[in-house]
Amino acid sequence: MSVEGGTTGPPGLARQVLLVAGKDLRIEARSRVALNQVLPFAGVILLLFAFALDPDRGLLPRVAPGLFWVAVLLSGLLAISRAFAVEGENGVRDALRLSGLDGAAVFCGKALAVAAQLLGLEVVLGFGVVVLYDLHLHNLVVVVVASLIATAGIAAAGTVYGVLAAGLRVRETLFPLLVLPVVAPVMLGATRAWEAALNGAPSEAWPWVQLLAVFGVIYVTMGWLAFGPLLEET
Amino acid sequence: MRVATGGPGKAAEFWARRGTIVLGGLTVASLAVLVVLGLFVSDPDYQQGDAVRLMYLHVPAAWIAYLAYGVTSLASALYLWKRTRSPAWDTLAGASAEIGVLFTGLTLVLGSLWGRPVWNVWWAWDARVVSTAVLFFLYLGYLALRRVPADPAVRARRSAIAALAAFVDVPVVHFSVEWWRTLHQKGSVFNRELNPTIQGNLAWALLSGVFAFTCLYLYLLERRYQLAVMEEAIEERALEAAIAERRAEADVPPVRVPS
Repeated sequence: MSVEGGTTGPPGLARQVLLVAGKDLRIEARSRVALNQVLPFAGVILLLFAFALDPDRGLLPRVAPGLFWVAVLLSGLLAISRAFAVEGENGVRDALRLSGLDGAAVFCGKALAVAAQLLGLEVVLGFGVVVLYDLHLHNLVVVVVASLIATAGIAAAGTVYGVLAAGLRVRETLFPLLVLPVVAPVMLGATRAWEAALNGAPSEAWPWVQLLAVFGVIYVTMGWLAFGPLLEET
Repeated sequence: MRVATGGPGKAAEFWARRGTIVLGGLTVASLAVLVVLGLFVSDPDYQQGDAVRLMYLHVPAAWIAYLAYGVTSLASALYLWKRTRSPAWDTLAGASAEIGVLFTGLTLVLGSLWGRPVWNVWWAWDARVVSTAVLFFLYLGYLALRRVPADPAVRARRSAIAALAAFVDVPVVHFSVEWWRTLHQKGSVFNRELNPTIQGNLAWALLSGVFAFTCLYLYLLERRYQLAVMEEAIEERALEAAIAERRAEADVPPVRVPS
């Protein structure tokens, strides 16, 4: 359980979290799957929405917050699946189990890496909706805070369900079915918070931000408690 | 609860069977009472007319859905808690969730049928309707996860965690959707006043509906549980047979391949 030599104990929890997150992000930086596949996928979604809704100048800006979050969720699914696909290769999962890292730390690390990727995705997609859908951003503070908290929630819930479905033969089909209904409140809350902010009523956004925060706390706690046992047995 | 083969198990089995028959009989009788009260005795609503009779099915179905998910969550928690861990809780959780999904679907269909004459639409984006729909998909996912073949202990633990993860989501879904509808369009047509204060024979019909559906739930739960136990027994037996077959194969002299 301890580092060879026995002089130093296992690294602290924060260090463990950063180790796992760093590992995932390093794999990502080298494989560039998110950059070369997930990001273009998100772009295609933006185009498809415009095709479906007819780029009528009036409609797209009004529904842009909802479309943005749907695009984030759909492309986020790919990023989360990817985060667990890398565990399946070369017996990484066993290595992770044997590494002596705390299950909670592995959860936080993976969720952190996923959140970092989602944030990158959101920045690009946000740029996309501003340019393509002619969306005017106001009250940026509310928008950013809501997005950060929503991202934490999506990453946490996604990581919990990701490990549940990881290693199953049907994970590609099962994972979206499991996670999308669960993150429905995030989708709703984030969209409403954005709408409130963009419509110049930031005070109406705060209840939604609180809801997003409650969701985030619930799933971070859930993952903190359940991740270790799930990693052990699946 | 396992399929008994004799001895004291036989007596337990006898009484369990007797209990099932009594429960089944009670279910049929209470459903008959519901039919009489709901279709003939109760008065039509002063606003909705005869459409209100759908309430006697819709509300009990929704109640059973919640009850079933409650039982699933409780059984899952009991499974996860080491001191009460038993495969029986896992089986119970799965059986209850199946019935829950069935009754959630039924609630949605009945609500849709009721909404058509009363609200003039098949589907309203009302808070409760939407959260029920999300609930339906949440537990459909749970059932899909349960069906993935795995080692029983692994599957049980995984399912139990998934059930609890879904369960803690329910209040968040509920509040988010509630706020969505109230913050977004105030004073919509589909307000809560559609459920007027119930009185007289309407209340009795509704009460009998709740009772009948609760009996039905318990009966179905017991049957589904027994079925699951038998399924497990068959699986075990098939596995044993397959192992025996492989063993027998090893005894057979090797087939000569003509050169």
